[in-house]
Amino acid sequence: MKTRMMVLSAAAAALLLAACGEKSQGLRGASGVAAPAYNGTGVASFTSPGWKAGDAQSWSQELRARGQYGQNEYTRITHK
Amino acid sequence: MARMKFICDAERCIECNGCVTACKNENEVPWGVNRRRVVTLNDGVPGEKSISVACMHCSDAPCMAVCPVNCFYRTEEGVVLHDKDVCIGCGYCSYACPFGAPQFPSNGTFGLRGKMDKCTFCAGGPEKHGSQAEFEKYGRNRLAEGKLPACAEMCSTKALLAGDGDMVADILRTRVIQRGKGAEVWGWGTAYGNAKNGAKS
Repeated sequence: MKTRMMVLSAAAAALLLAACGEKSQGLRGASGVAAPAYNGTGVASFTSPGWKAGDAQSWSQELRARGQYGQNEYTRITHK
Repeated sequence: MARMKFICDAERCIECNGCVTACKNENEVPWGVNRRRVVTLNDGVPGEKSISVACMHCSDAPCMAVCPVNCFYRTEEGVVLHDKDVCIGCGYCSYACPFGAPQFPSNGTFGLRGKMDKCTFCAGGPEKHGSQAEFEKYGRNRLAEGKLPACAEMCSTKALLAGDGDMVADILRTRVIQRGKGAEVWGWGTAYGNAKNGAKS
C-alpha cells in the first residue's frame, strides 16, 4: 500500500511539474534549412507546366523561357 | 544554377503601383507592411523618375552580416530569405539595408514590433514548399511553382524585371541599345556589386 502511494504521488508530481519545463533558448541559425525551389511544391494545380519537379535543369529552362517570353517584347518584334 | 535578380528600368516605370498591389495580393501581406514600394525621384518636376523598390537579394547582403541571431540564409538560387522562428525583431537589418526592405508589423494594442517581414522573391521560406505554414509566414512560393515573382510578372510596362541575372541583364541591354539611353540601373551596384568591388555573378 505504501509503495503504491509513493508511485502514485511520484506520477502525480511528474504530471504537475511537466508544465514547469523550459524550451531550449540555445542559438540556432537558419542556414541551409530550405529545400531547393526546383523540388517543386507538390501542388500540381498551381505549378507551371513545362518542367519536371526535381530536375534543376528543366526548372531553370522554364524560368528562363518564362522570363524571356513575358518580359522581353523585343523577341516578338521584327526589326527592319 | 540561376542567380535570381531584380532590375527596375526607371525609363519605363510609370508609378502605377501594380507591383505593390500584386505583391500585397499574392502574399496576403498584412496591413501596414509593404514588401515593395514605388519611389518617385524629383516628383512633379519634368523628367521625374520612378523606381520600384523591395529587397534586392544582395550578393553581399548587409542584413545577413548584422543579424545577431543569424536568421538569414541564401538559397541555391541566390535569394536572401529569413527564418521567422529565429528572428527576434530587433530591427538591426532595417538599419543595415540600403533599400529599406525589412518591414516590421505592429502587433497588439500598443503596437509592439513584430518579427521582420520582407520580399522573398516569391520563394517562400524554410517551411515545406507549398505548405500552409509557409504561406502564412512568408507568402506564396511561386519560384517552386516554376513562376517568377508576381510583381515582375504583373508589371504593365515591364519596367520591373526579375529572373536569372544573365537573362534580365540581357533584356535590359537590348532595351538600352534600342532606345539609346537609360543604361543606369538603379541599385544594381549597391545590391550586386560591380567589377571594382569584387562582384559576384
